[in-house]
Amino acid sequence: MKRPPAYILFSLMGLALLAVGWFQSWTLALAILNLSLISAIMALGVNMQWGYAGLFNAGVMGFAALGGAAAIFVAMPPVPGALAAGGTGLLAAGLSAAVAIALAIYVHRNLRAPWRAPAMILVVVLGYFMMRWFADPATTRIEAVNPTVAGYLGGLGLPVLFSWVAGALLAAAAAWLIGKVALGLRSDYLAIATLGIAEIILAVLKNEAWLTRGVKNVTGIPRPVPFEIELQRSPWFLDLTATLGLNPVQFSATFVALLYTLLFGAVLIVLLILAERALNSPWGRMMRAIRDNRDASAAMGKDVKRRHLQIFVIGSAVIGIAGAMLVTLDGQFTPGTYIPLRFTFLIWVMVILGGSGNNMGSVLGAFVIWFVWIQAEPAGQWLMQTITANVPMDAAMRNHLIASAPHLRLLVMGAILLFVLRFSPQGLLPERRAQSPRDAKAKEVPT
Amino acid sequence: MEGFLNAFVALSNFVLIPGLAYGAQLALGALGVTLVYAVLRFSNFAHGDMMAFGTMATILATWVLQSAGIGFGPLPTALIALPFGVAIAVALALGTDRVVYRFYRKTKAVPVTFVIVSVGVMFIYNAVVRLFIGVDDRRFEDGERFIIRAGDFREWTGLAEGLALRTSQVLTVVIAFVAMAALFWFLQRTRTGKAMRAYSDNEDLALLSGIDPARVVLITWALAASLATLAGVLYGLYKSFSPFNYFQLLLPIFASAIVGGIGNPIGAVIGGFVVAFSEVGITYAYRRVLSHILPDAWMPDGLVQLLSTDYKFAVSFFILVVVLLVRPTGILRGRVI
Repeated sequence: MKRPPAYILFSLMGLALLAVGWFQSWTLALAILNLSLISAIMALGVNMQWGYAGLFNAGVMGFAALGGAAAIFVAMPPVPGALAAGGTGLLAAGLSAAVAIALAIYVHRNLRAPWRAPAMILVVVLGYFMMRWFADPATTRIEAVNPTVAGYLGGLGLPVLFSWVAGALLAAAAAWLIGKVALGLRSDYLAIATLGIAEIILAVLKNEAWLTRGVKNVTGIPRPVPFEIELQRSPWFLDLTATLGLNPVQFSATFVALLYTLLFGAVLIVLLILAERALNSPWGRMMRAIRDNRDASAAMGKDVKRRHLQIFVIGSAVIGIAGAMLVTLDGQFTPGTYIPLRFTFLIWVMVILGGSGNNMGSVLGAFVIWFVWIQAEPAGQWLMQTITANVPMDAAMRNHLIASAPHLRLLVMGAILLFVLRFSPQGLLPERRAQSPRDAKAKEVPT
Repeated sequence: MEGFLNAFVALSNFVLIPGLAYGAQLALGALGVTLVYAVLRFSNFAHGDMMAFGTMATILATWVLQSAGIGFGPLPTALIALPFGVAIAVALALGTDRVVYRFYRKTKAVPVTFVIVSVGVMFIYNAVVRLFIGVDDRRFEDGERFIIRAGDFREWTGLAEGLALRTSQVLTVVIAFVAMAALFWFLQRTRTGKAMRAYSDNEDLALLSGIDPARVVLITWALAASLATLAGVLYGLYKSFSPFNYFQLLLPIFASAIVGGIGNPIGAVIGGFVVAFSEVGITYAYRRVLSHILPDAWMPDGLVQLLSTDYKFAVSFFILVVVLLVRPTGILRGRVI
């Protein structure tokens, strides 16, 4: 079967979004579009790790959450008095942690067998207690500063767009640490280690209230675009709506969503161009060579572990950008909403459906899957309503079926993933293989 | 002296007994993961949801029994329902293997493909569990909850600390040890068990000596599903059942399997207890224990808790990282490819 070319699939996707706008609402269509763009960037990051290099990252959620936390650290105004309350304590805690780590490294390098392990344990335990001894009172004092609205350090008060870079850096740092430990071992170990780091990152973001307010959430993160109410007051906007003949109140929300679309679209396009260039460069060929035959590439003198670490860090940084963008769009950081099925495995379905190793495929996969994910809910409701209306059953059963309709979309996602893997493992847009002249000739011969 | 007795009772009550019960549950879970790993050679991400599925089937059967007025005296009704849950879970695992995994074995797919396929299976199991039983926390323990109550213990012994021994704790430990003994007997003594080990050690050689691979795979899935259901039901009796918690158990279970040496059943058991005792021991606030031993003047101000309980997953993760750094093969040498 010949596959339809990319532009037809993208046009179909566009038509589907237009249909949503036409039949349901334009607000919904734009909401789907904006989240599709963010998901596309996450999928791009996963595709770099999996598609280019064959690394299974089961911790997408963690890197996205870390990127999201960057939005707090960068954009929120500093909480007055919080730094004075606990700053020195935190600094001392940080210093003692750094000293303990340095000492542990020194011990590891310079001591020999019988003494090394006990000395390491001693250094780590003492360092941990020192850190806690400084940090505990400091964090308590910070959390006591105006706890109903603040109770945390706040951020730097910079424009929120900077957090997209900061998110990338934070995610990259976490990826470097975990990559150092788990890469170079069996492939499943990376999956399990990343699954773990994601849970740890989430646990930290949820429980370290002095840093992120934890489960109390941070709301009102400054926006990169104007507020609807400001638009409705500004003369140029009123002129624009008057000439277009639109209702200014309704159009202001659409306008804001469109501004986000432009911002996200621009980031996606830049990343896509960079990713494509990287993939088609000698570096990209080397990555695929390592993926397809590790031993041969190692024999050719490629440093497999180092390359894996490199691509793992880059891919995670891209996921971090997307995480920061998501929090920017929401205007709030709610650690409780990060769950692995939605933030890790759904992204995986996007990449696999789109076509592993093909950047455009990941983008398409993200659009399709996010669309299905959103639309599966009303579709499930409709299905359950139809079933319960036409099949005789008692009220309890009917209520149960209708209440469980939202879970149908998990079933749909699992089915899509399994079907694609089984019947079309290359995905919607298969990876483009660089052709050697011999391959091109072989293709010309009719078979 | 009484101070030390009190301290020991408090420690048993809050660390030793819970750790033992949780360790037995993790060990059962890790045994399933490690068996699938040893024979089918991939890390099964759907194992947590398999546990949830088996537990769900058991809970549904328990409800049917309860509404029919059938109980198990002082023991939880879920124990009568357990064989039914195991049977359903085994049927599901075998069905999944037939419909999903078998194809990839035939095409000799690489392990990481299996891992991704297991993610798809995880989605399906998860959806099925939620469709049937919803996402709420459910408690299904009935019968006599306690063997020893804290108050009674205080009366008998005259100590200040009480020791509570829950039925589910004793049941967990007893059932888990019987199941493990049966499993090891099966693997070491029976023809089929030996065939499984041979197949795990060297597939080609096993095929050459006439071992039927389809049968080995079948039995592996049946064992993994039974162990998963057992672990899930015992965990649910001890704490509570919710699909999301069971998914999250995946991390400590994987950690146990790797820490012990993945692919090695005895390692899985050791790993389960190592992870469980570290988790409980590190997140417990020792203030209460110390208050019986130390003179008042020496008492520290804080709770004397190494990590808050919110970080219990961090513990399994750190053990995992330490093992990966220091001894990637695990405590007992597992497979490293």
